[in-house]
Amino acid sequence: MALEFKSVSKVVNGETHIHPTDLTLEAGTMNVLLGPTSSGKTSLMRLMAGLDVPTAGQVFWEGTDVTGMRVQDRKVAMVYQQFINYPSMTVYDNIASPLRLMGKSKAEIDTAVKQAAALMQLEPMLDRKPLELSGGQQQRCALARALVKNAGLVLLDEPLANLDYKLREELRVEIPKIFEESGAVFVYATTEPEEALLLGGNTATMWEGRVTQFGLTPKVYRQPVDATTARVFSDPPMNFLDLTKKGEALTFGQGQTAPATGPLAELADGSYIAGFRPNHVEIAQPAAGAIMFDTRLSVTELTGSETFVHLDYAGRKWVGLIHGVHDLKLGSALPVYLDPRHIYIFSETGDLVAPASYALAA
Amino acid sequence: MNKTVNQKAWFLVLPVLILVAFSAVIPLMTVVNYSVQDTFGQNQFFWAGLEWFEEMLDSDRMWAALGRQLMFSGIILAIEVPLGIFVALNMPKSGFWSSFCLVLMSLPLLIPWNVVGTIWQIFGRVDIGLLGYTLDALGISYNYTQDTFAAWATIVVMDVWHWTSLVALLAFAGLKSIPDAYYQAAKIDQANRWAVFRFIELPKMAGVLMIAILLRFMDSFMIYTEPFVVTGGGPGNATTLLSIDLVKMALGQFDLGPAAAFSLMYFLVILLISFVFYTVMTTIDAKEG
Repeated sequence: MALEFKSVSKVVNGETHIHPTDLTLEAGTMNVLLGPTSSGKTSLMRLMAGLDVPTAGQVFWEGTDVTGMRVQDRKVAMVYQQFINYPSMTVYDNIASPLRLMGKSKAEIDTAVKQAAALMQLEPMLDRKPLELSGGQQQRCALARALVKNAGLVLLDEPLANLDYKLREELRVEIPKIFEESGAVFVYATTEPEEALLLGGNTATMWEGRVTQFGLTPKVYRQPVDATTARVFSDPPMNFLDLTKKGEALTFGQGQTAPATGPLAELADGSYIAGFRPNHVEIAQPAAGAIMFDTRLSVTELTGSETFVHLDYAGRKWVGLIHGVHDLKLGSALPVYLDPRHIYIFSETGDLVAPASYALAA
Repeated sequence: MNKTVNQKAWFLVLPVLILVAFSAVIPLMTVVNYSVQDTFGQNQFFWAGLEWFEEMLDSDRMWAALGRQLMFSGIILAIEVPLGIFVALNMPKSGFWSSFCLVLMSLPLLIPWNVVGTIWQIFGRVDIGLLGYTLDALGISYNYTQDTFAAWATIVVMDVWHWTSLVALLAFAGLKSIPDAYYQAAKIDQANRWAVFRFIELPKMAGVLMIAILLRFMDSFMIYTEPFVVTGGGPGNATTLLSIDLVKMALGQFDLGPAAAFSLMYFLVILLISFVFYTVMTTIDAKEG
């Protein structure tokens, strides 16, 4: 089974929500939509479900054109960030409701409900109303409702965003397992790069209504096609600095020079934007050949075992993630080191010129 | 949990207590005072005990008025609540027309009660009123001053015209608070319009509807001005509702004692029905979620 978008776009009141998009989502693997809030994830999901009709382009389901087919006529299940259950029905009736609408027999419904409830650990709560449950249980109920439908397309729109940390961890492991077994095409929207990496499968990164890249999650992470994708797929976002290469010399930012070593030596002469991830910033024990940057420390954030340092360098703001807790003085100069193998090179328009060499090796 | 005991807090509520005492408690006590005494004027009072209460409980007149009152409240609730929900469901949810409808709906609520009465009093007149004249011209016998049914129809329609907006506005507020995801989920579940209403909109509106019903019940149970202006309680006693009867007794006949006893019982009945109603509705609300 597969869902295919052929140059699908959506314009609402003259405002483009989705730019022409080509995308093929296969069954049996996780398809993650990754992007910040209002980057078009939900709009794209609504088009997938058939809740919205595309302004242009076609949607194919298993090779059949389903553009404009109503959501009621498709077999779709969707779970939202809010916990959506029918408030006046018990958990049992909530889970049973899609099956009743399908006209299944009582015995069939009972079996399916009990099975889904067991998977979602809802058995003791079947007689309760959704509002008498905790947030996690309410979302499990919504997930069970999506599960029993046995839909060909399962859309999960930030399903764990409103849950507390521990529940998220639990459900994040359970959800893909449960739904992948059903053989459905499975789409999961999230704002968090970390979640996309944990879920694996394929990832489509989204920015301002465009799918900037679609492919295997680790590959998108390691070899983003442009600076936008790299920024979206990095938390904290990727850091950038201006770079000019002329012969054997590199000029960074506002005039700092360094000899072109390692992978940077192979770069053609010209002006570029260099990018690197926060976790590659070092403040001590630089690797051989590391380049030093004189930055100014503006803010530090402690997370327990790690320290976020907010740095100013040549008019750019950087964030570094340093292991350990450090006693750093705010406002003071802080030399940081960067291994050239961790530097991505983008053109001045943001297209990837060369991925960081460590990413190619991995 | 240990609560800090701070008696000084009483001083902070003292101004409110004094205000409430003057605005509500002391006038109420005056009524209580009248209800247990008899007077023949000249500020002379004689102890009467529970005599007036007994008299009122035995009075056919009061029971008849109470019956009419319950019928009136019952009829207008049965019309205004479903009609208000229906209007709210069909109002545009956003944009210019939504605001336009909201303003239009609010208009009847802004008209003073005696003006509403006057409007309908003239509107329904057979000689100069648009409604009365039209009905008469169509050959329908309509005269709210002589015909009991016409009188009732007029005050009911008037109340529906005046107050359905309130129910509609409250129901609309309830509907607006339902996240769009619920409707999407219902669509995806292939639910029909009735199921959406029954399982999403109605349960989600239950809270505001409870307030709407409570407000409309209390208000209609105490209604005085509008029917008084239109029918004056007639023809005969056909539209003499509780408060009209009370005023007739207290000011028309100057029976202060019975009127005071009547007032207190009237007050207790409203309090009791509202309390029962509130309790029942909150239980349902808690169950339905």
